[in-house]
Amino acid sequence: MKVSYKWLKQYLDLNMPAKDLAEKIERTAVEVDSVTVAEDGLKKLVVGHILSMKKHPESDHLHICSVDVGEDEPLQIVCGAPNVDAGQKVIVALPNSRIGGNVKIKRSKMRGVESEGMICALDEIGFSKDVVPKEWADGIYVFDDDVPVGEPIYHYLGMDDPIIDLDVTPNRGDMLSIIGTVHDLAAIYDQKPEIKKPSVEEDQSLDVNTEIKATADASLAKTYKLRVVEGVKIAPSPTWLQITLWNAGIRPINNVVDVTNYILLKYGQPLHSFDKDKIDGDIVVRNAKKGEKLVTLDEDEHELSPDDMVISDNDHPIALAGVMGGFNTQIDDETQNVVIESAIFDSFHIRKTAQRHVLHSEASQRFERGINPDGVEDALNEAVSMIKQLAGGRIAQGIVTASEYHPELPVISITAERTNHVLGTSLKLEEIKSIFDRLEFPSVEHGDTLAVTVPARRWDIHIDADLFEEVARIYGYDNLPVTLPTGRQTIGVLTPTQRLQRASRQILEGIGLTQAISYSLTTDAKAKMFLMRDSEPTKLLWPMTQDHTTLRMNLLSGLLDDVAYNHAHKVDDVSLYETGRVFYKDSADQIRPEEVEHVAGVITGNLTDPAWNNHVKPADFYLMKGMVNQFIVNLGIKGEIAYSATDQYPEMHPGRTANISIHGHNVGFVGQIHPQIAKKFKIKETYAFELNMQALIDLPKNDDQYQPIAKYPSVKRDISMIVDRETTNDEIVAVMNKRGGSYLSAIRLFDVYEGKNVPDGKKSMAYSLTYVNPRETLKDEVVNAAFEKIKKRLTADLNAEIR
Amino acid sequence: MSLRDKLSEIKEKGLADIGQTDDLKTLNEIRVHLLGKKGPITAALRGIKELTPEERPEVGSYANKIRDAISEAVAQHRDQLETIQLNKQLAAEKIDVTLPGKPVAQGQPHVIQQIIDQIVDLFLGMGYEVLTGPEVEEDKYNFEMMNLPKNHPARDMQDTFYLSKEILMRTQTSPMQARALEKHDFSKGPLKMISPGIVYRRDTDDPTHSHQFHQVEGLVIDEHITMADLKGTLITMAQNIFGDKFDIRLRPSYFPFTEPSVEVDVTCFNCMGKGCDVCKHTGWIEVLGAGMVHPNVLKMAGVDSDVYGGFAFGVGPDRFAMLKYGVDDIRDFYLNDVRFLNQFSKRGN
Repeated sequence: MKVSYKWLKQYLDLNMPAKDLAEKIERTAVEVDSVTVAEDGLKKLVVGHILSMKKHPESDHLHICSVDVGEDEPLQIVCGAPNVDAGQKVIVALPNSRIGGNVKIKRSKMRGVESEGMICALDEIGFSKDVVPKEWADGIYVFDDDVPVGEPIYHYLGMDDPIIDLDVTPNRGDMLSIIGTVHDLAAIYDQKPEIKKPSVEEDQSLDVNTEIKATADASLAKTYKLRVVEGVKIAPSPTWLQITLWNAGIRPINNVVDVTNYILLKYGQPLHSFDKDKIDGDIVVRNAKKGEKLVTLDEDEHELSPDDMVISDNDHPIALAGVMGGFNTQIDDETQNVVIESAIFDSFHIRKTAQRHVLHSEASQRFERGINPDGVEDALNEAVSMIKQLAGGRIAQGIVTASEYHPELPVISITAERTNHVLGTSLKLEEIKSIFDRLEFPSVEHGDTLAVTVPARRWDIHIDADLFEEVARIYGYDNLPVTLPTGRQTIGVLTPTQRLQRASRQILEGIGLTQAISYSLTTDAKAKMFLMRDSEPTKLLWPMTQDHTTLRMNLLSGLLDDVAYNHAHKVDDVSLYETGRVFYKDSADQIRPEEVEHVAGVITGNLTDPAWNNHVKPADFYLMKGMVNQFIVNLGIKGEIAYSATDQYPEMHPGRTANISIHGHNVGFVGQIHPQIAKKFKIKETYAFELNMQALIDLPKNDDQYQPIAKYPSVKRDISMIVDRETTNDEIVAVMNKRGGSYLSAIRLFDVYEGKNVPDGKKSMAYSLTYVNPRETLKDEVVNAAFEKIKKRLTADLNAEIR
Repeated sequence: MSLRDKLSEIKEKGLADIGQTDDLKTLNEIRVHLLGKKGPITAALRGIKELTPEERPEVGSYANKIRDAISEAVAQHRDQLETIQLNKQLAAEKIDVTLPGKPVAQGQPHVIQQIIDQIVDLFLGMGYEVLTGPEVEEDKYNFEMMNLPKNHPARDMQDTFYLSKEILMRTQTSPMQARALEKHDFSKGPLKMISPGIVYRRDTDDPTHSHQFHQVEGLVIDEHITMADLKGTLITMAQNIFGDKFDIRLRPSYFPFTEPSVEVDVTCFNCMGKGCDVCKHTGWIEVLGAGMVHPNVLKMAGVDSDVYGGFAFGVGPDRFAMLKYGVDDIRDFYLNDVRFLNQFSKRGN
């Protein structure tokens, strides 16, 4: 709501700069979007009087004007506006002036004729085209005759009035009006403004009830009232009214329509004016019928639904109730008799209709947020009085009331103790009472309690908490004490799961991976990749874009998108991890998916930058495996970590992917992204892992028990062998572990070799074995015997050739 | 020449030889020669038996003194030579310390994670528990129990991704208020919780909107929790995350689940309160919403609103990160450009 500071000053004694007033409103009532003064940025714009005018010799549309701007000599100004004429008082941009859009006006020549400035249209000095009256839309603006020549224009166009644009929260519909804003400011500044009740001068010879009849469904319109004015003369509104409207962002139309809009601004009560002679019969407020159509004032045709609320005459809808009037019954230049409607329409219907037809008007916005039931009739009365004053005519006696609603005013009892208990203040009851006095909420003290009556204009207030808010804001949030909660102590600790999750991130970062956060919503195709279990995808009913339609069932596809983004921006080395939820559904019928914590990582290119002393090798399977293994080891999960080759993931390299299991529980996989998938994502050779974090959280952890360090020296033996290429490390290690004897404590593979000096189809593997006896020094014979046994078993079981 | 003079001569010559030696090997040879069984002292002492028994101990002890003096001189000279040798070695080992160090791989937490961790740590210290909840939520928890019935106009404020009529992607972390209130046993103490997580809105992604972002919900319910406590808690948070110089102001606002409701502004980062284009010349930047929990929210969760009450707040870590670091496009947080992510060093603030 764009509020005129000048208008407020008609009711209140305010002397502070508009910016300070705005800040006070922000701290006490509602947010302020902006404070603007239309003349800011403009320079040297004055009222000029066109003394004479002649045609430009070189042009068929330009005129050369001699313009008195209050200086000794008139200025010669060339003007191309179609409506320019001698005798007019106009907006003159003097040489070296600044007009709208920060444009500078200089002396110039137009087709050989000197022009000392410019005669301006309203949109040229910063007016939005939406608010310029039709009369001035295609030409220059012409002032009333009484405007003094040579004076700056701003005051005469309302451009010196600071406009405070309030961003009203849904509960404060009362502030979508001047009167509502005045009430609140009166409380804030502790003033008592005089708001007059309008009086109506009715014509005793005209009875409204013989002029028009109306019926209304009270569930659609709680209050529905009409008045009739006959014999009006439609004309443009006086300048002061036009200024008031355009400063509020509303285009002036004519004296009748402008009055209804003025009342809307003043009371927050939307009115509608019908041309009485275009209404066929009686007025009915009802739901639209299926198939009915209505052309609204903006000349758009709307197909109506039974959920829409309409005003209709005998046969046809004549307005989309509370949203926009109908084209057929609108006020035009020939209109003589008008019907003015003042009503409270059901907010839910209005909201739905406004949404359905994409018609969010000043009226619908107010009906959605609520209407002051006490103001409906006042607004109507003031409107007809103003119409009579501005357009003449006779006001029919009486009001047609099709429905009427007077709410019972809530009386809420509060105590100082309860108020202070909630706010943390130490206010006395009389201080609280004085706040409600300022708000003009009647209140009565009964001992410790204060019974507060909430006036109808504050329909947002229902319970004591609402009153506490009124106390808090008028008392001032700045004046609230600053304390921290006291009372019974609580312990703030992370749960074991949360600690593990935090540790898991730190481990991965320590290993060299940076945390990514990707989108959970992705495409259907990406959601279904890297599936670790059977699952149906979870889809949005109304997605916003094709890229985000389905909830992910893996983290890796998001990380691959991230790699692709980096590659596209010339970053080849990417090491990322992500923790987050994936969403599984056992069947398509299931609506709500199961949310499972996962962790995934990707590496491509180099983990560290190559440098003069850092001869890096690009990431490979074993680097990724080493990372994921270290990660699992650090989590301290009980049991062996086993890796087994798998080709179950279509998105992974079938020969370079391993399932990972702990103590027989499959927890995820590690491997190379399938080259075809990499190509699709436009990424380079990439290695990845994805683990079920929830499973890692749930699996039993190692006991908190330390292993003493052996006091006796260990003995090392190296073994090198040639085995078939297909023989796996796991097979060799398994034999060694099984046959290694009780003193074998560690096996470390230190070389794998294929090629020269090794027969085709074979490979050389070399291990270092460590033996230790925790109870005494190992004797060579003992180690030798154990070592020989391993050699023998490797030869026998795996056909190994020991070198 | 007496035996004593002979010994003195050996000593003088020996000390002179030691002093002239400039390498450790020669020094050792001198030591072995002088003090060894075949050395001059031993040889000289063979003449001791020609002395009278009275003279023998005196000369013997003199010989020992000479041995000690020579040993001492050798040790001293060895130290000197070793120092010289070490200095030579150190000089030879000199390197260009300005050459870059060997790169070490170190990952970083995501900047939003850093903000969340900071908030979490602060509130853990104040005795809050950390709760997390589902991202796919029921309409009941996301809206209805937050005092937003089906036709409430404020539902238009947040466009929602629905999976069905009743199931949706949560638009806020506030449903965790309802979930926590339902479960909490107040006989065991107050409810003090924060709940970080991902939320979703049916928005078109642009520099200031993202269909996915983060929130941290805070909730404190006890028998005597005041709005002053809320103010103190929010000031503590603002100063902990942004710095001691930052102040906050509360402004009236509207949320269906709190009453009174406030919007919280913090001193503008750009101008520190003087007023600039960033803060629309107000000196303040809006950072979060908060308020005293609406009695309806308590009642719907089965909590007696006559006995219990308290405050709630909702923080946007994305917005905090944007303000704190001057990031001007929220989408940057979700593109995961490593050049972007690695800028936010994990220094704990």
